[in-house]
Amino acid sequence: MERIPILRMGEFLLVTIQVDMHDQLALTLQDDLTSQINATGARGVLIDISSLEVVDSFIGRMLANMSAMSRVLDAQTVVVGMQPAVAITLVELGMSLEGIRTALNVDKGMDLLRSCLPPRLGEDEEDAAG
Amino acid sequence: MLPQIIARHEGELLAQWLQEQKANSIHQDSGQEAEARQISSEFLRNLKNSLSSSSDVQGAEFALVRELLADLSRSRGVQGYSPAQTATYIFSFKKPLFAAIKKELGNNAEGLASETWNASELIDKLGLFTMEVHQKTREEVISRQQQEMMELSTPVVKLWSGILALPLIGTLDSERTQVVMESLLQKIVQTGSDIAIIDITGVPTVDTLVAQHLLKTITAARLMGAECIISGIRPQIAQTIVHLGVDLGGVTTKASLADAFAMAIQKRGFTVSKIKSAGLPVAM
Repeated sequence: MERIPILRMGEFLLVTIQVDMHDQLALTLQDDLTSQINATGARGVLIDISSLEVVDSFIGRMLANMSAMSRVLDAQTVVVGMQPAVAITLVELGMSLEGIRTALNVDKGMDLLRSCLPPRLGEDEEDAAG
Repeated sequence: MLPQIIARHEGELLAQWLQEQKANSIHQDSGQEAEARQISSEFLRNLKNSLSSSSDVQGAEFALVRELLADLSRSRGVQGYSPAQTATYIFSFKKPLFAAIKKELGNNAEGLASETWNASELIDKLGLFTMEVHQKTREEVISRQQQEMMELSTPVVKLWSGILALPLIGTLDSERTQVVMESLLQKIVQTGSDIAIIDITGVPTVDTLVAQHLLKTITAARLMGAECIISGIRPQIAQTIVHLGVDLGGVTTKASLADAFAMAIQKRGFTVSKIKSAGLPVAM
């Protein structure tokens, strides 16, 4: 079955959506992501949707849900690289995705994640990465 | 019959027609009068030739006549003549033509009636054609101006690395907002800018619809990861926004573009400072 890969980068998880999302794929991703956050103790999730060209309200809600679930699991979420057409569609659908952090590209998204995470007590980079 | 009548009285017709044109004051100056003389004589010659083979104004035989009239009508349309003035040019030909027909067929009542009808129909058709071209020319002018206004009104300029400005001028309707929104978002992707300043100094009125359009644009930009600042809010507009109960909470607003730019620079992590040695030549 088709799956969207979730890559681990240090204390962050990187999700790159390269294919058009259908509903089952989105549900699978949601399952995978929550279990990965749990397993790795990741503190940040970066969702790259720069290749995503078609969205509907379901996918929009999935993005909001994933962000909310990550927050419950103590991980910050940043959605990066949204295409103009996708942004316009979501706004026209009335989904402003309040509470989701966004950035223009992966680089800026990483910076944003790092800047909004306070250093963990009693841990340094090596521990978190290892 | 008509072509022969025109052929026999060509000089006379032209002279009387020009007199009619003058009497109806169709031309504004002597230059146009001279131009009209040339066009009129050419028109008569072509009309005579066309009529001898056909009487269908839309047909191929009348191509030259139509072209001549279209040129005249088009140039008049661009110069701002009214449709009536343009059409009078061709309608003023009726009087001389009827006079010529009467002279030829004065005693033949039946022939006179039928030729007059033919001539009248011909002139009416040509007149209508002139009106149509005139109308079309004016419509072209209007649609061109609309297009120009559309393009004129949505420039997205880069102020600094990572800072865009969108100076809005004129009333915002749904169609324009769509264009503005698309060009802003497109430019954000192209330049990788974090901050966009939307300056509404040139927007005459802000109602709930305009405010909603602005908020949509800002939300879309935020979804892409860029922040928007609204600047150039005039006192009256600030009052209107509050009276209308529009919620601009969560959107940064500044009074002037300068303030917004200063804030954007600060957010990008730059500072602007005065060179201490200003006024002295700077050694590089």
